[in-house]
Amino acid sequence: MSIEKFKPATVYTIYIASTPEKVWQALTSAEFSQKYFFGNSVEVELRVGGAFIVRTPDGARHISGEVFECDPPNKLTVTFNVNWPELIEKLGPTLVTYEIEPAGDAVKLTMTESHDRPLSDDILSGGRQGWPAILSSLKSVLETGQPMVIKMAPPQRMLAALRELGIKTP
Amino acid sequence: MSKPVFVYTTYIETTADKLWQALTDGDFTERYWFGHRVASDWQVGSSYRFAKEGQPSVEGKVLVSDPPRQLAYSWDSSCSDEAPRERTSRVTFDLVPHGKVIKLVVTHDELDEAGRTLRNVSAGWPMVLASLKSILETGHALDIEPAAAKELAHA
Repeated sequence: MSIEKFKPATVYTIYIASTPEKVWQALTSAEFSQKYFFGNSVEVELRVGGAFIVRTPDGARHISGEVFECDPPNKLTVTFNVNWPELIEKLGPTLVTYEIEPAGDAVKLTMTESHDRPLSDDILSGGRQGWPAILSSLKSVLETGQPMVIKMAPPQRMLAALRELGIKTP
Repeated sequence: MSKPVFVYTTYIETTADKLWQALTDGDFTERYWFGHRVASDWQVGSSYRFAKEGQPSVEGKVLVSDPPRQLAYSWDSSCSDEAPRERTSRVTFDLVPHGKVIKLVVTHDELDEAGRTLRNVSAGWPMVLASLKSILETGHALDIEPAAAKELAHA
């Protein structure tokens, strides 16, 4: 798979009072991610070709992918595919890139979600709803030590669009 | 072709009243909005103005004032610089409680298609709103590079 043909569909920038190393660790550590990623754990083998997995609290694999770019603590690019049957066949893989840059005493974190084909706003709405919550929560964990509890309904518009394509969602 | 719109969503652990105050009180904005103080009586139809060290940076009219749910004002930054002015745009703040957390959605629309204001505010809003979140959650604003923060002053 070549990442060159992937184009950005959603970009979210957030500034965090932390260091690039700590932000990198928060994005790639299971213990940290549980605090800000709705209780899910990120497990990543930090090398090109390494596995990228997000597990739900019960240990099940929710998201699977592979590392395509790994330049700690500056840039990480992974495929980020939710494990619903036929999702990749019908929509193609999802590529997520994190770029971490110093900004004075803070860090600028840019998350880019890219796809290899045009997708509707309805399909993209799930990510557009989720990323601000996940990354706002990441910022709070790094700055205050405390996770934020965000009550969030499932992304109905995205789930309806996926079902219309025949993708079985929970 | 549809007009450009910039939308930014952030979640802040605070109350809607505190967030409203942070958006509308000059003592507060001076601390997190990189030195820019806002002044207004926040009545619909009234003027508002941001100024830094006495120099105006952004001004406009209050369009919607529904505390603590929604605030909207027109946005004109041409008072601060000599470049050709772009049309007046509009900013809307929606404050939506989610349990103990407030979802803040900032929509900047009615933007000139020439794009200079869009580019500047697309860079500036994430900085201002991250600094706002930090000050409400930790008591400290963000110390981002002054040169980068200047982008907001010239939006």
